[in-house]
Amino acid sequence: MTHKQIIEETLDGTVLFNVPFPKNIAHLKEMSPIILKHPYHVEYLHSYGQDSPWFAGLANKKLLGTECPKCGYKHTTPKLSCMRCGAETEWKELPPEGKVHSFTVCHYGAEEFLKETPFILAMIEFEGWNTLLLSRLVGLDPQQANLKWVGTKVKPKFRRNSKFKPTDVWFVPA
Amino acid sequence: MSQSAKDVYVVSAGVSKFAKARPDKTFQAIVKEAVDYTVKDVGLEYPKFLELVDGSVASYFSDHFTRQLMAGIMAQDYLSLCPKPSHRVEGGGATGGICFQEAYKNIASGDMDICLAYGFETMSHVETWKGNEFIALASDINFDYPVGGFYSGYYAMMVVRHMMEFGTTVEQMAHVSVKNHNNAFHNSYAQKRQRLTIKDVRNSPMVAWPLTRLDICVMSDGAAACLLTSEEGLNKLEKASGKKYPRVKVRAIGRGTDAMRMSDRPHQSFEDFYKYNAMANEQDGDSKKYYKELWAKHFKYPGIHSFRAGRMASKMAYENGGIKDPLKEINFVELHDAYTSSEIQTYEDMGLCKYGEGGSFAASGKTFVPGVEYGLKLESQPVCPVNPSGGLIACGHPVGATGLMQAAFALWQLQGAIGKHFGDATLQLNNPKIGAIHSHAGTGTYVTVSLMERI
Repeated sequence: MTHKQIIEETLDGTVLFNVPFPKNIAHLKEMSPIILKHPYHVEYLHSYGQDSPWFAGLANKKLLGTECPKCGYKHTTPKLSCMRCGAETEWKELPPEGKVHSFTVCHYGAEEFLKETPFILAMIEFEGWNTLLLSRLVGLDPQQANLKWVGTKVKPKFRRNSKFKPTDVWFVPA
Repeated sequence: MSQSAKDVYVVSAGVSKFAKARPDKTFQAIVKEAVDYTVKDVGLEYPKFLELVDGSVASYFSDHFTRQLMAGIMAQDYLSLCPKPSHRVEGGGATGGICFQEAYKNIASGDMDICLAYGFETMSHVETWKGNEFIALASDINFDYPVGGFYSGYYAMMVVRHMMEFGTTVEQMAHVSVKNHNNAFHNSYAQKRQRLTIKDVRNSPMVAWPLTRLDICVMSDGAAACLLTSEEGLNKLEKASGKKYPRVKVRAIGRGTDAMRMSDRPHQSFEDFYKYNAMANEQDGDSKKYYKELWAKHFKYPGIHSFRAGRMASKMAYENGGIKDPLKEINFVELHDAYTSSEIQTYEDMGLCKYGEGGSFAASGKTFVPGVEYGLKLESQPVCPVNPSGGLIACGHPVGATGLMQAAFALWQLQGAIGKHFGDATLQLNNPKIGAIHSHAGTGTYVTVSLMERI
């Protein structure tokens, strides 16, 4: 009886200093391609610019949006230029409670977030506000995903030690 | 579209076989494969082509995948096209569609008589998870990416809302996967040639609820190219090759946009929908009554369930091209099915059915290819096959090449040359006159629709 074994492929390798080479260079086109591993790491000095007060808000347990003083359009995810009329908007606190507008459970993802799977992403709506907010939804079982989650009343929770990332806030059922 | 625009013809095209990885060649050499095929199909020797071509447009999405800036000029010089004019275009998943339209504009404006559009992506240079990360960087890096950037997750949230608004089901979505994979079974260029069932799609691993691995396209290495000409350019090529080409014209183009952040998409009233977004075939009393009832149930447009950019691109192309009833007048569509759900959403944006009918339309049989075995009981005969080639889901999605691959497959359909190029004529539709190609970027930010017509 054979036992099926899967050997995992990884990007580990061996440092190689030489490769075989044909005596007759007419055979060069038959060679396999040389493939190298090449690391790439960058430190960016990223500015949140005009969005900065939103992150300062999270550090102080306040969830902010922006409102247009000219046309009244309310941006749940802040935008300092009104999406409807182009006027400069003003900062304003969001209501203390919202509702799940839509959601998904991510079982895979980008490399940076793979270790956190499965996690729930949700779009949150707030009464009287025109747009939505993307956030993590916590406190529901990711294995029990179903459409009834839409409409769930939720409230924000804030990280005590702020990391100045949008994940400083997440939502739980209210 | 300007009234003074010149007629633009699509003469030939080429596609490199899309594969998970092509370590045997660099991106320039993969582009050369597609261009060599294009030139050969025109019936010209390469030096003669170089003498006649006026310039080019290059298409690739991400500098991260190549870890090479200015890759466009490196393709241009590998193709021996220097010092002729060229530029690179980039617009996420719609990069290829934008490239096709920029080449069109080069001709329509009278700037060139013969223009080569070429595009590529080599996505295998990083692992899939890193690739997902690069793609997710095409979402707002202040507010969206750090929350758990993952495109499949974004589209999943969009379709969850579609399910809530309209009752769309996962089985209806799976019909799209079965259709496109079974079509690709007859397309030698496709990366995934599989005969699937609804059960296979639903039983494959969950990626982002409710989308499974078989609801989602894969990453690819590949290239595609397309040759566009004016009437004069066409005559020059025919004189040089001694051949007579089937006349395939670009009938009209359209393009639309929407906000990068899904959260910023507007939620418009019935009145605004009719003022800005409704199409010619939605102006009758029955349609207005249908939509009035939708809005009575607190429906808003586009929200996150519909792609306003896709609607505006279609509306513009139809208005420019004199299309009143797309389902009846367009004979087939190659559209951007990065997800089964986005194919369903796009049926509605393109006016093949009304908003809300996409799910039942997907499972009706109207978008299937006559003569292909699907193993499904379908209530309707095919009316307007969608993704007869197999689409992105089965052919692969090397981003910068994808929109040009669609142009190639649409051209071959209109030329009646599917059998010649695929080595299997099963997917050749019966005498199609008008085809639409639709290219779409991240959650519906840039969308292009181009109409091609055999005359």
